[in-house]
Amino acid sequence: MSSSSYDIVIVGAGIVGAACAAELARAGLGVAVVEAGSIGGGATAAGMGHIVVMDDSEAQFALTKYSQDLWRELARELPHDSEYEECGTLWVAADDEEMAEVHRKKEFYGSRGVRVEALDEKALRGAEPNLREGLAGALLVPADSVTYPPCSARYLLEQAQSFGAQLFIGKPVVELTGNGAKLSDGNFISAGISVNAAGSWSPELTPGLNVQKRKGHLVITDRYPGYVRHQLVELGYLKSAHSISSDSVAFNVQPRATGQLLIGSSRQYGVEDKGVDHHILRRMIDRACEYMPRLSKLSAVRVWTGFRAATPDKLPLIGPHPEIKNLFLATGHEGLGITTSLGTAKLLSDQILKRAPVIPVEPYLPGRDHQEAAHA
Amino acid sequence: MPEMITLKVNGEIVEVAKGSMVSSAVAVAGAKMFRRSVSGEPRYPLCGMGICFECRVTIDGQPHCRSCQIPCRQWMVVVTDD
Ligand SMILES: Cc1cc2nc3c(=O)[nH]c(=O)nc-3n(C[C@H](O)[C@H](O)[C@H](O)COP(=O)(O)OP(=O)(O)OC[C@H]3O[C@@H](n4cnc5c(N)ncnc54)[C@H](O)[C@@H]3O)c2cc1C
Ligand code: FES
Repeated sequence: MSSSSYDIVIVGAGIVGAACAAELARAGLGVAVVEAGSIGGGATAAGMGHIVVMDDSEAQFALTKYSQDLWRELARELPHDSEYEECGTLWVAADDEEMAEVHRKKEFYGSRGVRVEALDEKALRGAEPNLREGLAGALLVPADSVTYPPCSARYLLEQAQSFGAQLFIGKPVVELTGNGAKLSDGNFISAGISVNAAGSWSPELTPGLNVQKRKGHLVITDRYPGYVRHQLVELGYLKSAHSISSDSVAFNVQPRATGQLLIGSSRQYGVEDKGVDHHILRRMIDRACEYMPRLSKLSAVRVWTGFRAATPDKLPLIGPHPEIKNLFLATGHEGLGITTSLGTAKLLSDQILKRAPVIPVEPYLPGRDHQEAAHA
Repeated sequence: MPEMITLKVNGEIVEVAKGSMVSSAVAVAGAKMFRRSVSGEPRYPLCGMGICFECRVTIDGQPHCRSCQIPCRQWMVVVTDD
């Protein structure tokens, strides 16, 4: 048994743990990061890497917008393999009802300083010729982007290391307290503050967290450069992803720098099994083909699944544990953790370092009342 | 004489016996390669049974078609990498 001591020990080297490590190490703190598997090997490797401003709630907007601005700044120094590309999002409206949503969204984003443009049917077809005819239109959000998350996580950890952070990779934590982390090999990493950034596994280390696993499937195709130009998301997504309890699928396609297409997405609660569920995969692909019929002619090379860490009010937990002293949480990022990782790192560090945050932290504090917020 | 089929490979007119696979037509056309790998190497059919994906070509505008598995059709347009 040996023991070493740090200012901060962070459990989890996903994008969230990596971003927090970079921010805290840059501020001059002694940081240790402990990861059971590999860097970015959890949800971070399974996700789509769409960096997207969202408008489910004011708090979600504030965190995604703040984070997106941080990504644009970081993009200047990101390495090539992070595949950061500002391809923009097209929120696709299938009918007049969804077109009304395009206009509502346009007003919401526009009045909060996000550049947006409404496209009619013809403009949409010009922008994305492989979409089917007869769609109503779309909202273009040009500053949204995509990245390859595991490489961005690795880059953030390299930054942390350049400021003195130590990485412990392949070391499962078996117990996490406000004093540090106990590893499965018996070693103890003691720290003034512990951070649980273990994503969908965070409740295993901190029982009682209101975080649930929400399974998702993704498909990646062979290389078809130019087939899709923007990240495409159906607006019906809002209706389906909102439902907290039932399984849902949505049309969500992303162009990768390689010319490959990532096709999503599905959401399932109450499933622990990592295996591919062919029934929901079929539904997901059928949904995608409703929007892009010729997708069925492309060849897929791989299918995989991942788990989002979902909270009842769809906002992450960022800040001190309500009861355990010196334990901080940075988890519960559901389907937006790639986007919100950078804002999370700022807000967590602001609280630890007692700096003034750029956006209010209250909506994300772990001590908030989830249930009330969920019904608001 | 078997029944013949006429198609285009890289713009050249090629005649093959009915029932021939596209990979045969590409060979008859004397194409330099079937495709280029991601790292730029020339690739040719390997398994001939749809498993290795090395024989991919573009058929009637559709990329990544396994030429060893697709029978030639009259006036098919086949394009290989060069
Ligand atoms: C299908 C799918 C699509 C998605 N698409 C997007 C998208 O387009 N845009 C977006 O912004 N987000 C997206 N997300 C969400 C995003 O992937 C996650 O929110 C994000 O990766 C969470 O990062 P994390 O660091 O919190 O978790 P993870 O990446 O899961 O990291 C947690 C780490 O903790 C480690 N760990 C767990 N327990 C222990 C332990 N006991 N000891 C040591 N280490 C431990 C794990 O090994 C893991 O590496 C998607 C998610 C899924 C599943
Ligand atoms: S030669 Fe192997 S798939 Fe065609």
